Amino acid sequence: MSEEGVNPRRRRLLVITSGLGVVGAAFAATPFVLSMMPSARAKAAGAPVEVDISKIEPGQLLTVEWRGKPVWILRRTPEMLKSLSADTKVLADPKSAVADQQPSYAQNEARSLKPEYLVLVGICTHLGCAPTQRLQAGAVSGLGDEWPGGFFCPCHGSKFDLAGRVYKNVPAPTNLQVPPYSFLTNTRIIIGVDQKGVA
Amino acid sequence: MQKLLAWIDDRIPLTKVWEEHLAKYYAPKNFNFWYYFGSLALLMLVMQIVTGIFLTMHYKPDTGLAFASVEYIMRDVSWGWLLRYMHSVGASFFFIVVYLHMFRALLYGSHRNPRELIWLVGMVIFVALMAEAFMGYLLPWGNMSYWGAQVILSLFDAIPLVGPILSEWMRGDFVVSDATLNRFFAFHVIAVPLILAALVFLHIVALHKVGSNNPDGVEIKKKKGPDGIPLDGIPFHPYYTVKDIVGIVVFLMLFSAVIFFAPELGGWFLEPDNFMPANILQTPPEIVPLWYFTPYYSILRANTFAFFGIEAKLWGVIFMGLAIVFFFFLPWLDRSSVKSIRYRGWMYKTALAIFVVAFLTLGYLGTQPAAGPNLMIAQVCTVLYFAFFILMPLYTKIDKTKPVPERVTTK
Amino acid sequence: MKKLLILFVLAVLPAGAFAISEHGPKLDPVNIDLNDNASLQRGARIFVNYCLSCHSASFMRYNRMGHDLGISDELVKENLLFAADKVGDLMKAVMPQDDAKLWFGVAPPDLSLIARARKPAWVYTYLRSFYRDPKSPSGWNNVVFPHVAMPHVLYEWQGDQRAVFKKDAHGVDVFEGFELERPGSMSAKDYDDAMRDLTNFLVYLGEPAKLVRYQIGLYVLIFLAVFLVFAYLLKKEYWKDVH
Repeated sequence: MSEEGVNPRRRRLLVITSGLGVVGAAFAATPFVLSMMPSARAKAAGAPVEVDISKIEPGQLLTVEWRGKPVWILRRTPEMLKSLSADTKVLADPKSAVADQQPSYAQNEARSLKPEYLVLVGICTHLGCAPTQRLQAGAVSGLGDEWPGGFFCPCHGSKFDLAGRVYKNVPAPTNLQVPPYSFLTNTRIIIGVDQKGVA
Repeated sequence: MQKLLAWIDDRIPLTKVWEEHLAKYYAPKNFNFWYYFGSLALLMLVMQIVTGIFLTMHYKPDTGLAFASVEYIMRDVSWGWLLRYMHSVGASFFFIVVYLHMFRALLYGSHRNPRELIWLVGMVIFVALMAEAFMGYLLPWGNMSYWGAQVILSLFDAIPLVGPILSEWMRGDFVVSDATLNRFFAFHVIAVPLILAALVFLHIVALHKVGSNNPDGVEIKKKKGPDGIPLDGIPFHPYYTVKDIVGIVVFLMLFSAVIFFAPELGGWFLEPDNFMPANILQTPPEIVPLWYFTPYYSILRANTFAFFGIEAKLWGVIFMGLAIVFFFFLPWLDRSSVKSIRYRGWMYKTALAIFVVAFLTLGYLGTQPAAGPNLMIAQVCTVLYFAFFILMPLYTKIDKTKPVPERVTTK
Repeated sequence: MKKLLILFVLAVLPAGAFAISEHGPKLDPVNIDLNDNASLQRGARIFVNYCLSCHSASFMRYNRMGHDLGISDELVKENLLFAADKVGDLMKAVMPQDDAKLWFGVAPPDLSLIARARKPAWVYTYLRSFYRDPKSPSGWNNVVFPHVAMPHVLYEWQGDQRAVFKKDAHGVDVFEGFELERPGSMSAKDYDDAMRDLTNFLVYLGEPAKLVRYQIGLYVLIFLAVFLVFAYLLKKEYWKDVH
């Protein structure tokens, strides 16, 4: 395009028209981009899940599905809870400082709303395998006499305690994720909804 | 910036292409209204491809899932309804633009020497476009989709000897079924768009080799200045880029008006029967193709006589085929010494007028039942349609023409 | 150019000569107004309480309907959620379709798109055209859809009516009108209004996007009009070079 003596009127019109064109293109592109966001069907399938926890025995773990992921609900015994304060030297993030891994109400030692019930997303934070339950303390869990109870990922050997906190010197970098959840009643929790609303 | 450009030019002829085809492609300065439709056709091709890609993210080509997936797009996918309407209205607007683009050729002789190949490639594009639209219409798997495809595919049965096996091969089954739907999907989404893109590229290459025609039918390359630039030529960029933008905006206003205010256009762009899922046990009261096929549908149904040992149904298919084949011969049927209608005599103008009226009437009749007076009128119009081509060598030769100017005129 | 305009007018004339023939019963016009939210809500209530038992609206989700009609998720759960568990579920019929096919001879069709396929006037007239017919399996028939398998679900509202037929010159029965044999709980006008609400709702059900597309279209056209002004001025500015 020739630049010789592009008069001011021509330049001004070019700028305005091009500007409008860019704005128009942005408006036109928006529906296309947004159409790729999760549809109403995806959102419905990812809707919050209500769980009846009244039948869970102390020391027992229930697995449910939320958004295609396994979610564990563990009813911890008083011994299990006591073990949480003992083993912090072996943990990489004992105070749950990494904020992304749990909502604010789970940023405590028990990593839960109520200490008795632990809610975790059962996906290893290394590469996404499903860790196995090694809830029993001691040699019976196959991880040595000093094992306080927790979870062991068979893929690459990552270890997590009974609050889902990750051990030092294992491949997984962060604690197991706590999903948003809240108590509807003492016996029903809803996964995917907390005070902030639907996740 | 200049250094970057030089680096690229050493490796890909970017500046050369820019100059040859845009900044230094000299087009006649007297392009009028009829010359917008080429760039609009290109716009529509791009639009159909882009909206098509996004629709394919959600559509499911399975007879059990297809209809529901379209409603999923209309309701559950954010802005899905807009993507769907852009594509369905886009198909109709594509044909409006292409028919007007072809009509321009008939007006100004754009199909004549030395542009025969542009015309032939364009005709192949037209046929490919019809195939693309036909296959696309099966995809929603509505009742009209199913029965329309069933009727048209069964026409191939009429071909002697190979008919039935050909039909079976095309359908992949004994009737239109899941196999048909899936392969139509493959053709509609990948094969034909690639073919269309290649053909459009060829079409433009052929055009740029010879140079554009114009409303006066005058060859601007015959009168060049001392610098070798046609006296009546102006560089396509910036003059026609800036003019085509205006054309595009006006077009988009019409397009948007339909999409947002009347996407069905009273049943012309989206047929009511297609809002019911395909039902192999229940045919719609009238099987009507979309408007852009109705002229040919009319010709197909017009023949009710069997002669020369060939049954009427096969004649219908033959005539329908010939109706399109004749277009391919147009550059050689037109014997006039003059290209543009501006300098032709009354015979060509009358013939063209009759042809247009016949074509539009056939189009309308294609939406109605083929019975009673409608049938006779369709038959008359079919004769007139073919007469336009068959008699053309005669009336273009004897038609009295006006002297053609040396330079283009600007009204 | 003028010649082409004349040509176009001539071309349209033959089209006008062949008016689209009317086949089928006379359909009553209905005032569809998707901005009448109260009407849509009333229609939704009728649909969920009376139609959803047999007919699905399986492309619509409860929460989408609630959102569009200004009904909160909680209110939807309390008042409209009989046939499903979650507010995000699709509106499926209560009656299993295989059983329905057995009992009625044909499965009650999904109604999500009925207003787009048949047009609002057809739906409105159909809902008000049931009449007593001792010869039919259900005891009911319909002037708009002869021998329909569906019984008159809302007869308690409309009452029982009888269809009066007269034989025409060819000996064919032609529908003349209805006679009310036993009145229902609603007057004719109230029933018509309720059916208008239901039809209005069904039009919405067929295309929820209809609620938004007119307004968006207006903004798009306004933007394009402004853009057109500047694009045109730009064109004129450049084309000054070309005499």
